Amino acid sequence: MNKLFKKIIGFPQSESGESFLSSFSAILFGVAFGFILMLIFNPSEAFEGIGIILTGGFEAGRSSLGTVLVNSAPIIITGLSVGFAFKTGLFNIGATGQLTVGAFAAIFVGVNWTFLPGNLHWIVAVLAAILAGAIWGIIPGLLKAFLNVHEVVATIMLNYIAMYLVVLGVKETVFNSLRSESLSVHPNAAIPTFGLDKIFPDSSITGGLILAFIAVIIIYIILKKTTFGYQLKAVGFNRYAAQYAGINEKMNIVYSMAIAGALSGLAGAVVFLTQSGIHITTTYILLPQGFDGIAVALLGLSTPIGVLFAGIFFGYIKVGGFFLQRLAFEKEIISVIIASIIYFSALSAIFKKYVRKVFATKKNSDGGDE
Amino acid sequence: MTEFFDVLFNVTRISLFVAVPLVIVALAGLFSERSGVVNIALEGMMVMGAFIGAFVMGIIATRTGLEGNLLFIIGMIVAIAAGMAFSLFHAYASVNMKANQIISGTALNLFAPAFAVFMANAITGFSKIKYPAISFFVREVPLLSKIPVLGPIMFTKTYISVYVGIFILIAAYIVLYKTRFGLRLRSCGEHPQAADAAGINVYKMRYAGVLISGALAGLGGLFYIVPITGNYDASFSVSGYGFLALAVLISGQWKPKRILIIALLFGFASKVSTMTSLIPALGNLDLSTEVLRLFPYVATLVVLAFTSKNSQAPRAAGEPYDPGKR
Repeated sequence: MNKLFKKIIGFPQSESGESFLSSFSAILFGVAFGFILMLIFNPSEAFEGIGIILTGGFEAGRSSLGTVLVNSAPIIITGLSVGFAFKTGLFNIGATGQLTVGAFAAIFVGVNWTFLPGNLHWIVAVLAAILAGAIWGIIPGLLKAFLNVHEVVATIMLNYIAMYLVVLGVKETVFNSLRSESLSVHPNAAIPTFGLDKIFPDSSITGGLILAFIAVIIIYIILKKTTFGYQLKAVGFNRYAAQYAGINEKMNIVYSMAIAGALSGLAGAVVFLTQSGIHITTTYILLPQGFDGIAVALLGLSTPIGVLFAGIFFGYIKVGGFFLQRLAFEKEIISVIIASIIYFSALSAIFKKYVRKVFATKKNSDGGDE
Repeated sequence: MTEFFDVLFNVTRISLFVAVPLVIVALAGLFSERSGVVNIALEGMMVMGAFIGAFVMGIIATRTGLEGNLLFIIGMIVAIAAGMAFSLFHAYASVNMKANQIISGTALNLFAPAFAVFMANAITGFSKIKYPAISFFVREVPLLSKIPVLGPIMFTKTYISVYVGIFILIAAYIVLYKTRFGLRLRSCGEHPQAADAAGINVYKMRYAGVLISGALAGLGGLFYIVPITGNYDASFSVSGYGFLALAVLISGQWKPKRILIIALLFGFASKVSTMTSLIPALGNLDLSTEVLRLFPYVATLVVLAFTSKNSQAPRAAGEPYDPGKR
């Protein structure tokens, strides 16, 4: 009992406690900033509006919670993708492109490979998405490791290349020319709900959430419990030191990008392997879930658990933003709030300092931790 | 044959409309990164400049009926101011708060378009801004348009943004390489501790770098939208040109001359789709729009693959200044 008590008291000082508190205060400040903006431009509805943002995820009970989770699943996975690459010191701005090729692979298999029986169909479709995403991640990985091409530039270029290639691919192979979008996938190719539709009725929930959880667990294990993960992180901390320690830093960069790409590809499958009428359109647009992943990874401090919570949080307030349109507000206020949260989390060093100051009186053993 | 040259000049001229904003925004990134602050918020700063610039031009045009290049110049000044004001947030986070510059930049990128939509709706009730872009069009510059080759490319059917772009490029080169300020700015991006020891105020220099960056990026945003449309609308984006500019900056190895070359190449490659009628071989291939459109990105990637071996990134870019470090 005493031990537990100590742990709770000590939480704000522990590393994860500090991270949690700084993320939490970033959220508070971000929401407050959004509220101030709403007050300035529409004072009469501001209070109702902020109420909707904060409670919208619960508004229609379990159905809107289901929607929260539908929104969250892909951005948790892209968040993992970006966060995982961060751990190896790489900025994977290309989650969008990897997601797009993954989505196309999933849809291609989902529409065309109807010879696959039952559950095998969606599993193969998901695997195809993972593989496509991984390939799209390996390209910048190889370019970075062996030709020193900056991964930010390479992934940006590959985003656009993916966008155009996938539109072309959709037009050539799985085109619904009446609605100029991709064809619907075969029912067998939709990711099953694993009973989640019973818990969250009247929502378009799929088993994507389960896949997201599995991904979180796998990435957690890789990073925390394996030599491989340790090597990846070592390369992230200091590429040259890792090399000196006998780690093949080049291959680690490639592996890291491959896994990041595989995750984003999976996110593509999660978004599009559904019966709820979501298709790839032929407009030239970069899919937003990839960029949301960057925000999720940053707020979640690139750790799998943090990303999980950050993804659910963003999914939650996005539903609030959807309901907000009943008032005279644009749903973009949610993006404003998310952006502010990210900005404040960048300033989180100051929060951490403050937290340390507050708790420093209780703990006097930390002298030279720098 | 004259027809061939006409089309070639045409394509070159149009590709300048792509290259000019790219050069300006890549230079924006250059100033920031040379001072030691990584600026991936170029996209957001472009959006701010484009949005507020177009917004103010729209208001002035409807209220006073002002048109033509005087209005455009006012728009430029507003875009510069907007970009600078917005970049203050990045400067504050990266210089004063020693924040992670990638995080701060990402936040600004997320913020700008959402903020633009929100503001446009809150103020005007529409997410569309109209401004008289057609009146900015320069049909022909007398005398100069008679110069062979250069005349049809630069001095007919163009916008003054092209000239401003060239001026900025030259000015940026001189400021960075021929003035004391430029030397100091660059030293802060290479070895801030040494700069500090030599009596340079690193914080001030980095603020200057980021503010110049904001100014140029804001201007570049406006230059990006003006040749495209007089109706800036809906999603208020600059379709990833801020990121492209970042790519141009990096593939240009943080050097103005190389930035210019890469931007011109990219601009030209992006308009290659309009050349199918010119080169029969290209037309015969019967390539789809998508293939033509992704061509510049593939080309850039290939160029990068061959030229990136020795990266010339400013050594201290991305690191908060820590006076105690050696």
